[in-house]
Amino acid sequence: MTDRASATTAAAAAPVESATAHHRPSVDVVLKLARIPQAVFGAVVIVLTLFAALFAPWVVPVDPQEMDFENLLSGMTAEHWLGTDRLGRDTLARLIDGAQVALMVSVGAVGLGVVIGAPLGLVSVYFRGLVDDIVMRGMDALVVFPSLLIAVGLAAAMGGSLATVIVAIGIANVPWMARIVRSQGLTIRELDFVAAAEAGGMSHVRIIWKHILPNSIAPVIVQATLSMGYAVLTEAALGFIGVGVQPPTPTWGSMLQQAFPMLDRQPLLSIVPGVAIFLLVLAFNFVGDALRDVLDPRLKGVIH
Amino acid sequence: MWRYLLRRLLQMVPVLLIVTFLVHGLMHAMPGDPARALVGPGESLDEEQLELIRREHNLDRPIPVQYAIWLGKAVQGDLGRSTQNQRPVVEELRTRAAVTLQFGVVAWIMAVLIAVPAGIASAVYRGRPIDYVATVLSIGGVAIPNFWLGIMAILLFGVTLGWLPTQGYVDIFEDPLEGLRYMILPAFALGITSSAIIMRQSRSAMLEVLAQDYVRTARAKGMREKAVIWRHALRNALLPVVTVFGLQTGRIFAGAVVIETLFGIPGMGQFLVQAIFMRDFLAAQGAVLLMALAVLVANLVTDVAYAWLDPRIKYDDR
Repeated sequence: MTDRASATTAAAAAPVESATAHHRPSVDVVLKLARIPQAVFGAVVIVLTLFAALFAPWVVPVDPQEMDFENLLSGMTAEHWLGTDRLGRDTLARLIDGAQVALMVSVGAVGLGVVIGAPLGLVSVYFRGLVDDIVMRGMDALVVFPSLLIAVGLAAAMGGSLATVIVAIGIANVPWMARIVRSQGLTIRELDFVAAAEAGGMSHVRIIWKHILPNSIAPVIVQATLSMGYAVLTEAALGFIGVGVQPPTPTWGSMLQQAFPMLDRQPLLSIVPGVAIFLLVLAFNFVGDALRDVLDPRLKGVIH
Repeated sequence: MWRYLLRRLLQMVPVLLIVTFLVHGLMHAMPGDPARALVGPGESLDEEQLELIRREHNLDRPIPVQYAIWLGKAVQGDLGRSTQNQRPVVEELRTRAAVTLQFGVVAWIMAVLIAVPAGIASAVYRGRPIDYVATVLSIGGVAIPNFWLGIMAILLFGVTLGWLPTQGYVDIFEDPLEGLRYMILPAFALGITSSAIIMRQSRSAMLEVLAQDYVRTARAKGMREKAVIWRHALRNALLPVVTVFGLQTGRIFAGAVVIETLFGIPGMGQFLVQAIFMRDFLAAQGAVLLMALAVLVANLVTDVAYAWLDPRIKYDDR
């Protein structure tokens, strides 16, 4: 209780406006984003990918499992725009099916990370002391474990499936989300209005919900966007070593795995999924960086 | 200083315990009978024989007890035997770690050698073409899947040009030249993400320093630009290299899992993946323990080096 008094004076200079900023419509943010070319590029790529994934059968009227024995390992042709694999399956159709997996994994994994990590961070920062110590040591243990290793272990334990991959990558996201919410909360919890709410008899849950949570949203959104790109990369790596979503569902990683032995005969097969991964990750990174500039102007220019 | 080091070393203990306990639980959560996995495929033993195996390997005891037994031996440096070839896990790890270490160090050196000069040049020639090229490369480097970059490198230098070998490994201490030839593509692929991150951070650290008063003073004194950069700014541009060292060590281990699979390198990553697939508990647990330890030590080295390089940071002796 005593340290709060000194901390509030120190923090008094910090702007509290951010607390109200979120209650305004997000139109403002979108308008600012629209002025950043990278953000527009990123948004376009993400929307196109989403569109292709949602309307897959209409975008490419070819069944991704259909084998065209007349055209095995074909290059770019009028019939198969991005060529075919060793079984004559259309690469474009498989790429678009893979986009579904990539998007589901990135959204699912990051969502899981936020849903578990954010409450842990909130509880940790609000109660401090022993709770904080226990939660954060647990998070440290998870961070030591590179996300890909967690994923390999879990995928091997539970068998490769969409759910496994989402859980595996999601768990790896938990400590980062918890840390971000905690560090954001650390500054907020010392501000006058939290002390005032506490003095006014507001319950713990309400204080966390009404004051600390809304102020942690901006950095979580930024981190979540960047993590989605990372999730796409991890999913691809898992698919490549064979512990990701199992065939016949095509994923970008497993497409690369199957293409590798054919590298000398049809390089196109190895090039296309990689370019797709690269573009989608780039898009998430661009949007994430732009969001950081817009939502958190203090960090502007630090990265670029 | 010593108190700080001791405190940090003690803090590692609970983290290592949690990590190994989690792996232990995870391995036991895998479907299938561990005794059968231990015997391996192609052998049909009856229930009685399996029971003997279970007893011999303590598989009939509760999971926490098994963990305690493992821990007791691990503290004495005994990590058990790999069920794949009956070699002691410690011995196996030593050979595998030597490979990954060589390969990780080469990757790390390549990453720093590319990133730091590029980051400095990018900051010094801010807004000029070289800055744009470096910035584009660093943005691309973070978004590119490292194993795909490896595939593309194999396509260009192996398949098309035939300049470099693309599969396998030669000990760099036995045949340095040949070892490097084998190492160069996988190390490049492994280091690219780290390189891109270090480049970005070197650039912004350098820009920050170049705007500082003491740099302006040095220039005002008539110090030559080269001397300003070398004497004052360089040390600061190296700080981010140190900062990301800890985090990147973990990244390199994770990356090694995929890159070693791609290039057929018999290192830790390949070992761990095989151990997990074969349900070789002791091998997997040992590998994870070693990796976690390496990452923790790298983090500690980072913090100590950081305090040493940046006089503004003091050890926090609470």
